[in-house]
Amino acid sequence: MTEHTQHDHDRSECRRLLSSLSDYVDGELDDALCRAIEAHMAECENCRIVVNTLTRTIELYHTAPAPDLPQDVRVRLYKTLKLEDFIASEPPDATEG
Amino acid sequence: MVFSMSTTAITNDEQDLIRRLQAGDQAAYAEMVERYAGRIYNLALRLMGDEAAAEDVLQETFLSAFRAIDRFEGRSQLGTWLYRIANNTALMQLRKKEPATFSLDSPLETEEGDEIPRQFFDFCCLPERDLLSDEARAEMRAAIDALPESLRVVFVLRDIEGLSTRETADALGLSVPAVKTRLMRARLALRERLSAYFARSAISSETGEPITPTT
Repeated sequence: MTEHTQHDHDRSECRRLLSSLSDYVDGELDDALCRAIEAHMAECENCRIVVNTLTRTIELYHTAPAPDLPQDVRVRLYKTLKLEDFIASEPPDATEG
Repeated sequence: MVFSMSTTAITNDEQDLIRRLQAGDQAAYAEMVERYAGRIYNLALRLMGDEAAAEDVLQETFLSAFRAIDRFEGRSQLGTWLYRIANNTALMQLRKKEPATFSLDSPLETEEGDEIPRQFFDFCCLPERDLLSDEARAEMRAAIDALPESLRVVFVLRDIEGLSTRETADALGLSVPAVKTRLMRARLALRERLSAYFARSAISSETGEPITPTT
């Protein structure tokens, strides 16, 4: 990508593969392109770091706990929808939010 | 924990709920609200950036859904359909708020090469206490809020809510390639900002100096 520290090689290869990295981390690339990326990463430290940190970024967001629906917001929603009779005594399971 | 709706098939349970909704069963309406209100609120919060506006979107989404439930044909999951209503509602409110500046296309008008990585700090091996600190969480929220709306909504549905690429495309009325392009840009932008943050954080913990905020 830029400023390679380990070796000098054709950066256009980094740019060419960049557009496939998102599909690569999702496991949605065909085998040939996967092999091309992996062969490139074996020689390119920066691209290896980008793939690793891209994967970690997605994991951090995916596993971050979602905030619960505030109870006052929930109560006003049920009132607006004229569903006051159905407000449960306990808010819904936070793991589903 | 993230609740995934990545299964495309509509379950018997959901078919039963839809049938009861279309028959006007009030308990079914309440069940739909109970199931989806949390997720719709979180999406609205991400899109609108403030709690009052997010609450308006939440209420309007369910009011619209109740009005339109007779026309729901079950070609997507109920949750995907609600996300679509919520996204459209949020976009309308954002246009009303900032009609002169808000444009659906503006986020894609970036200079070619803007997404090229420039940060190469490998934060993967930092201790969990650094990656999961309150300050890191705040930076993650700020990073997502700084994304252009059209990238942010794709990232939230796909990577936070756990929809598949196809479901995200259905929810937003986009093609699958458009979702993939926007998702890639969002992911790379977030990676870039988090890399810069964790690099500053690592230097700060070595030197004892406070972290310089992102401008």
